[in-house]
Amino acid sequence: MTLSDALAHHVHDGNCVALEGFTHLIPFAAGHELIRQGRRDLHLVRMTPDLIYDQMIGMGCARRLTFSWGGNPGVGSLHRLRDAIEHAWPHALELDEHSHAGMAVAYTAGASGLPFGVLRGYQGCDLPQHNPRIASVTCPYSGERLATVPALRPDVTILHAQVADAQGNVSLHGIVGAQREAALAARTVIVTVEQRVESLPPAMNQIVLPHWIVNAIVHCPLGAWPSYAQGHYDRDNAFYLNWDAVSRDRQKFLRWMQDNILSSANHAEMMHRVARERAA
Amino acid sequence: MSYTADEMMTIAAARQLRNGDVCFVGIGLPGAACNLARMTHAPDLVLIYESGTVGTRPERLPLSIGDGELAQTAAYVVSLPEVFAYYLQAGRVDIGFLGAAQMDRFGNLNSTAIGDYAQPHTRLPGAGGAPEIAAHAAQTFVVMKANPRSMVEALDFRTSGGFLEGHGTRQTQGLRGAGPQVVITDIGILRPAPGSQELQLHEIYPGASVEQARAAFGWPLQVTNALQTLGAPSARELETLRALQRRSAIAHLHRQPLPLHLLDTCP
Repeated sequence: MTLSDALAHHVHDGNCVALEGFTHLIPFAAGHELIRQGRRDLHLVRMTPDLIYDQMIGMGCARRLTFSWGGNPGVGSLHRLRDAIEHAWPHALELDEHSHAGMAVAYTAGASGLPFGVLRGYQGCDLPQHNPRIASVTCPYSGERLATVPALRPDVTILHAQVADAQGNVSLHGIVGAQREAALAARTVIVTVEQRVESLPPAMNQIVLPHWIVNAIVHCPLGAWPSYAQGHYDRDNAFYLNWDAVSRDRQKFLRWMQDNILSSANHAEMMHRVARERAA
Repeated sequence: MSYTADEMMTIAAARQLRNGDVCFVGIGLPGAACNLARMTHAPDLVLIYESGTVGTRPERLPLSIGDGELAQTAAYVVSLPEVFAYYLQAGRVDIGFLGAAQMDRFGNLNSTAIGDYAQPHTRLPGAGGAPEIAAHAAQTFVVMKANPRSMVEALDFRTSGGFLEGHGTRQTQGLRGAGPQVVITDIGILRPAPGSQELQLHEIYPGASVEQARAAFGWPLQVTNALQTLGAPSARELETLRALQRRSAIAHLHRQPLPLHLLDTCP
């Protein structure tokens, strides 16, 4: 199955979609394809929106964003996210904002089939005053007041991983963030992988996502670029640094998206295009 | 050796950490201080990044808190729900080291927005791990540059709790750690006053004056009676810091060739 077919089949306008990956294994190729397919009104969920959501928000794919840290790591702002919040460009974006600890338990609750997650969190923090979804509960055993967040249950979770076997079991390693929880919390799971193998080497903790919870696997080398896939390629930090200047200006951003994403039929073509541009 | 105020700040921040401390490293300025400490006087400092890398020993500063080098040089890597629940929330972290855009006199921090939350003048990245780091670490260290825009009378948004309104209010609100015990700026170091918990200038850097310090704060800065002058950076501290920053800058700007050959593995 091609990435284009898998996403066209499973992701629809208005869906709640989580493309997870904490700095590592960010499913960029899938996000780019959603932009090409012109998805609209998505409720995007990601702890760290990163460049992929900056691009999707700037291209008008998102109506709502659930997140916990919206910067360009080590560089500064996500300018398209900022423009959406500060100036409603290209249109207004609803925020459902949390802390990392809050989102981690929200995914864990979703993965566990529970209605909400509980944590000792948000104390001294103004977020609960602005986000009515952050509430509290009294512990029936100790009487302690604890924070609660509703379970996250994405319609579709999309991940990138290192390897999948012929049966459809997925293995990933390195910084794993909350990917496992995000996948198990979702109704539908799509995974792009660097590599396909006949069978994974027998190891008791090797399979992270079993075949029966994964709806589609797409072989997509470099699918996490410009983030990285441990053991395959490094994070392209120069791209992240350069994105600051590209994304700061609306027209420059739109031109970059047109020249690189929209003009490419698929991810492989985009990678060759970026390589040619670098060589020029 | 001559040095800049930024170098002095990072070195002063590094000196606050003791060998063997378990330190949760926040985004931004704390990374340089924590790794400098590990490379100088605290080789057994345990650094935890929120990406789940525990006991990591990077040779250069990562650009992001999730760079591959942090995982490769870690003692082990855990998931994000695990690092926040089992390590931070459960009280297994000695020091939470944070930066921020704004701070008030009680060490409360803003990293969310300048202006109104719903209609911000400047939207900042947001909370990330900070609120729970500030709440649960046994104590919090803060490193940030001091100027009247960053050190403010009233925060636009309180992302992470310090001493809240002071006078013990923190302890009544369920923040279990001892709060911001040390704030390292580019002029000097602040520590909470007994009782009020208002931050006051405790140590000043060589060559800086109390008047300069007062001018850098947006509230009337209190100064302890026992004000001390911190020792200048040693040659070893400066050389280690500069080499670390040089290695990091080269690595971040390096335009690696795109590994296009990997595309050929796809049928």
